[in-house]
Amino acid sequence: MPKDGIGASTKRREDIRFLTGKGRYTDDINLHGQAYVHFLRADVAHATLNGIETQDAASMPGVLRVFTATDFDGVGGLPCGWQITDRKGQPMQEPKHPIMAEGKIRHVGEIVAAVVAETLDQARDAAEAIVLDYDELPAVIDMKAAVQEDAPRVHDDLTSNLCYDWGFVEENKAAVDEAFLAADHVTTLELVNNRLVANPMEPRVAIGDYAAHDDSSTLYTTSQNPHVIRLLMGAFVLGIPEHKLRVVAPDVGGGFGTKIFHYAEEAFCTFAAKQLKRPVKWTSTRSEAFMSDAHGRDHVTKIQLALDAENNFTALRTDTYANMGAYLSTFAPSVPTWLHGTLMAGNYRTPLIYVNVKAVFTNTVPVDAYRGAGRPEATFQLERVIDKAARELGVDPAELRRQNFIRKDQFPYATPVAVEYDTGDYEATLNKALELSDYAGFANRHAESQARGKLRGIGLAHYIEACGIAPSNLVGQLGARAGLYESATVRVNATGGIVVMTGSHSHGQGHETSFPQVIAQMIGIEPDQVEIVHGDTANTPMGMGTYGSRSIAVGGSAMVRATEKIISKAKKIAAHILEASDADIELKDGKFSVAGTDKSLNWGDVTLAAYVPHNYPLTDLEPGLEETAFYDPSNFTYPSGCYICEVEIDPDTGKVTIERFTAADDFGNVINPMIVEGQVQGGVAQGIGQALLENCTYDSEGQLLSASYMDYAMPRASDVPMITVDHSCQTPCTHNPLGVKGCGEAGAIGSPPAVINAVLDAMHRAGKPVAHIDMPVTPAKVWAAMNA
Amino acid sequence: MYNFDFVKPSTVEEAVAALQDDEAQPLSGGQTLIPSMKQRLNAPGTLVSLLGIEALKGISVSDGVMTIGGTTTHATVAAQADAYPALAYLAGQIGDPAVRNRGTIGGSLANNDPAACYPAAALASGATIVTNTREIAADDFFQGMFTTDLEEGEIITAVKFPIPEAANYQKFEQPASRFALTAVFVAKYADGVRVAITGASEEGVFRWAEAEDALSNSFSAEALSALAVPANDMITDLHGTAEYRAHLCKVLTGRAVSAIS
Amino acid sequence: MKVQMRVNGRQVSGEVEGRTLLVTFLRDGQGLTGTHTGCDTSQCGACTVHVDGLQVKSCSMFAAEADGAEVTTIEGMANADGSLSVLQQAFQDHHGLQCGFCTPGMVMAAATLLEQTPEPTEAQVRHHLQGNICRCTGYHNIIKAVMAASGQQVTQVAAE
Repeated sequence: MPKDGIGASTKRREDIRFLTGKGRYTDDINLHGQAYVHFLRADVAHATLNGIETQDAASMPGVLRVFTATDFDGVGGLPCGWQITDRKGQPMQEPKHPIMAEGKIRHVGEIVAAVVAETLDQARDAAEAIVLDYDELPAVIDMKAAVQEDAPRVHDDLTSNLCYDWGFVEENKAAVDEAFLAADHVTTLELVNNRLVANPMEPRVAIGDYAAHDDSSTLYTTSQNPHVIRLLMGAFVLGIPEHKLRVVAPDVGGGFGTKIFHYAEEAFCTFAAKQLKRPVKWTSTRSEAFMSDAHGRDHVTKIQLALDAENNFTALRTDTYANMGAYLSTFAPSVPTWLHGTLMAGNYRTPLIYVNVKAVFTNTVPVDAYRGAGRPEATFQLERVIDKAARELGVDPAELRRQNFIRKDQFPYATPVAVEYDTGDYEATLNKALELSDYAGFANRHAESQARGKLRGIGLAHYIEACGIAPSNLVGQLGARAGLYESATVRVNATGGIVVMTGSHSHGQGHETSFPQVIAQMIGIEPDQVEIVHGDTANTPMGMGTYGSRSIAVGGSAMVRATEKIISKAKKIAAHILEASDADIELKDGKFSVAGTDKSLNWGDVTLAAYVPHNYPLTDLEPGLEETAFYDPSNFTYPSGCYICEVEIDPDTGKVTIERFTAADDFGNVINPMIVEGQVQGGVAQGIGQALLENCTYDSEGQLLSASYMDYAMPRASDVPMITVDHSCQTPCTHNPLGVKGCGEAGAIGSPPAVINAVLDAMHRAGKPVAHIDMPVTPAKVWAAMNA
Repeated sequence: MYNFDFVKPSTVEEAVAALQDDEAQPLSGGQTLIPSMKQRLNAPGTLVSLLGIEALKGISVSDGVMTIGGTTTHATVAAQADAYPALAYLAGQIGDPAVRNRGTIGGSLANNDPAACYPAAALASGATIVTNTREIAADDFFQGMFTTDLEEGEIITAVKFPIPEAANYQKFEQPASRFALTAVFVAKYADGVRVAITGASEEGVFRWAEAEDALSNSFSAEALSALAVPANDMITDLHGTAEYRAHLCKVLTGRAVSAIS
Repeated sequence: MKVQMRVNGRQVSGEVEGRTLLVTFLRDGQGLTGTHTGCDTSQCGACTVHVDGLQVKSCSMFAAEADGAEVTTIEGMANADGSLSVLQQAFQDHHGLQCGFCTPGMVMAAATLLEQTPEPTEAQVRHHLQGNICRCTGYHNIIKAVMAASGQQVTQVAAE
C-alpha cells in the first residue's frame, strides 16, 4: 500500500509554490501588447439612462476605445442557468442581463461604459471624462416593499418585481395547514438571513486574448468552472463556437461560490480583445468587488413549527422572500428553491412540510450562491425555530432534537421535500459533539464566567446538506439548464507516471494532493507518480467545476471510474504478457500477478507495453493507456453533523466572544483528514463571520454602505477561536464509489445557528429572555436587546 | 490615483518651501492618505515626504514631558515610549503591525480622523502640538472631524506630552476598520484628571468635562455613576447607534479609571 | 523618476511615476508576483513585504518611498538552497494555507513577529496577524503553523 493513500493526511504539494511566491494567479499573467480596461460603474441605484457622451474620453491619451451598451450588437445577455416554475406552473420572470446598462441603470456598480487604454491609469483618467445623462428613479431595496403593487419596477418589461412565487411541495400545502390547526404547540419565528459578500481574498480578474491567425479567443479568468464559462459565454453571449474558445482558470485565490458565475467583465474582455486585436486585462479592485461580485444569502423568512403533545414535530411551514438583486445571476433562482426547500426536513422526521419562496428583484447587486447556497438559509431557520420551541416548551434543545431525529435504522429515508437521504447517524454526531464540547461541564464554566461578571451560553445546531450535485436528469426536471456530471481523463504514460485531467477545479481545496491519493490507493503506487491538471478547457475534458461540495463526490468518482477502466485494460495487457486469463490477474501494490502463481509484472512493465506494443494483443486491444469517464451521480450526498458553540458576552458592551466551538461531522469516508479539517475550520470561520460580523447593507436609496473592508467586517485572527473538529462518525455514501459525501460547505452551514443559539442561551440564563436577534449579532445589537 | 510629483526634502525648511505650492501636500506615513488617493478623493500636485527629515523622528523625555517627533511611527512609540506606558499601549493598538510601521503621530493628529486613537491621548494629556511656526495646545488644535487648527503648509514637527501620574486607554474596536468605535483616554495629573473620547462624537475627539470634574474630585469608577454622556452629538452608523456610543463612553471611562486605581 | 533598491538581496532599479505603489513596482516592474493585492484600503495584508526589516503593506507605500531601501518579499524567504524556511515549512506541515493568496503576506507578517517575539502566545500571534485577512483557513492552522515555527508544541494549544 502507498503510505499516502486514502485516509492519509498527506501534506499539500501545491503549498510549495504558494509559500515561495510562485503561484500563478490570473493577475500574475501579462500578455504581450496587453491593454487595460476600466469600467465606469453606476453610482446611482436606479435611473433612466438617456445618453452617454464618450467623445472627450475617446480622445484622451492612450485610449484605444470607449465601449457602451450600443457597441454590443449581436451579443447576447448573460444567461441564467436555472429556470424555476412557479406555484401556478408558470416560468419565472427572466429579464435580460446585458453586459452593460441598456437604457436603464439598475444597481450601484452596474457597468455603464468601459474604457480600454494602453495603461490602467489612462483608462481611469479617461473614464472621468465620460458624461452620463440620466434621470434618477426611486430605488426599490426592501423586498416586501418591492412586491407591492405600486412599487417602482426594476424591469419595465416585467409585470412586477416578483421573479417567481414558488411553493414546495404545493400539493402538501393544505395538509400542512391542517396539521397546524391540530397542533398542540406552534412556534413561530421571523428572521433575516443577512446579505453577505463572499470575499475570496483574490479579487476577480479577466484577460481576453484573440489570435487572428486561427480566429480563436482565450479568456484567462478567476473561475471555479472554466468549462461552464466557456459554454455560457461562447454559446449564449458572444457566439463563439467552443472549439474557437479556450478558458483558463489558473491558480484561483478562493471562490466560495462567487467565482462560479459568468460575469459581464469576462465577456467584455474576450469581446474587446477580438475587436481591438489586443489582449485586454481587467483586475477588480476590492471596492469594485463589493459592487460587482454576486452577493449571497439575503432571505427574510417566517418559519413555523407544529408539535404534538409529546413534542414530536408534526409540520413545518415557511414563507421566505429571497433577494435576486437587479438581474438573475447564473444560478440565482436555484438557491432559494431547490437548494433550500429540499433541505427543510433537516435531520428530522417532520412528516409535513410546505415551503413558499418569493424571489424578488431589487436595485441591488445580483445575489447568487455563496458557500452553502440555500442550505445555510434552510439550516439557520430550522435550527433556530427548534431552539425557540425547546425554550417555549421548557425542554433541553439537544433532547428535543434527539427525539425527532430520523433514526439510524430508517435510512434510506424519503423526506416530504422530495429527497432521499441515503445514510446518516444523527445521534452519533450529537453524542460526539456533546462529548467533545464537554456539554456536561458547561455549568462549571458558566459559573466561572458569571463570577467574572460575564454571561455565558451554549448553543447547538444540527445540519444536513445535499451536495455532490447532482443527478443530471433530476436537476433537468427541476429547471437546470445544465448537466451536473463531472469528468476525468486518466493518462498513464509509458513509464508509469499518471496525469489526471479533471473537470473539477481547485481554488484552495487541495485537489493536487488529495486526488492522487485515491489513484495511488487504487493502483498501489505512490501519489507522487500522479499529477493533476485542471483549470484549462484546452487540456481537460468538459467538466462542470467545483462548487456545492462536489469535487471528490462527483469529480473524484469520475476519476475512479476512469482509473477502473485503466486497471481493467492494464490487466488485459498483463494477462497477455503473462499468458493468463484477465480474470486471473490481480493488481496489488503496483504489481500485476496471476492468481495462485508467482508470475507477476510491475506497473511500469505494463504501461510500457501499452505504448511499445511489441508483445501485445493488438487485434483485441488498442495500444495506449488513457481513459476518460463522465460520472453522473445517482443521488445527492447528505453530509450532516452537530455543531456546538459556547460564547461569553460582556454585558457592559454587548460584545460576544466565541470561547469554544466543536464540530462533529459525518462526511462518510475521508480521503485526506488534514484537508477535510481545514475545510471545516474555514467554513466555521465564515459562519462565525455571518453570525457576528458580516453584513452587506444598502441604504434606502440603494447606496452600498458596507462597500469596503472599512465597513464590511471580515473575521480576523482574533475573532475566531481554535475549532475542535471531528469526522469519526462516518456513514459512507452508498451510491458513489468512494463512499464520500463532501465537506466544503458544512462549516458555513452548521455554525451560524449554533452561534446565535448560544448567544440567546447566554442572555436567557442571565434573565434576559430575548427571543431572537438578527445576524450579525453585533455588540450594539446585543446591548440594545439586553437593555430594551 | 492621479499622478503627482514626489519630493523628499531632508530639512523642515525645505519641506516648508516645497509646501508653498498650492497643490502640494505633506506625506507622512500615508496610511490614510494613500487609500484616499486610490479612490481619487485626493489629488495633490506634489507630495512632500517628511520622512527624510531626521529632526522629526524620535522620542525624548525631560522635565516630565515626553516629546515625540512628528514623523515618529506608531511602532516606535509602542516600543520606546516607556516613560508614558499608556501612550505606548495606545500606539500598539493602532491598526496592525504594518500600519504601525508606517503611520506617524504627526500624520494621525493632522488628519484628525474622528475614530483615530492619537487625538484622544493628545487631548487627554493636554499635549502641545509643535509646528514649524508655533505651538498649539491640544484643546485648540482639534476643531471637529478631519479639521484642525493647522494652516496650509504647516507641519507638525513634534508633540509634547506632559506625563501624567497615571493614565489608561480603553479602545472598543469598530469590527471592520479596527479604528475606535469608541475609545477613552483617561490621564490623571496632580492638578486634575482629563478624559478624552474618540470615535463617538460627530464633532471628533472631545473632553468629557463632567467626568473630569467628578474624577478630579474622587478618582473612582463610582464617581461616574450618576453621569451620562448625552447621545445627541454621537455618531450613528452601521456599527452602533448614538445611544450605544454614549453608553460606551461611560463604560470605557469607568474601565480606564478602574485600571488605574 | 528613477528608483533603486535592493530586493531579496539583488540591486534593482526602475523608472516609476510618483503614484507607482511599491507593490506595483515589485509585481509589474520586477516580476515578483508573489506579493498580492487583495484590497484597496490597507486592510487585508496580502501585499505585506519587509522594507528595511520592517513589515509594511506594499500597497500603502509608494515605490519612491522605498528608494535606497532593502526590500524582502516572499520570493526571498526560502533558504539559500531553495528549500522552505522553518516558517514556510511550518505552514505546509500544519496546513496553514488553502488558496494561497493571503499566504505570502501571512508569512511576511509572521516572520516579523517571530523576530520580535521568539515564542509568542496564541493571543500574541492573533494580535500580530490583525492586519492579515485569510478567508480560507479560519486562522486555526495559521496560528498553529506560526507557533510551531517558534518551536512550541502546538498540540497543547490547538484543539485537535
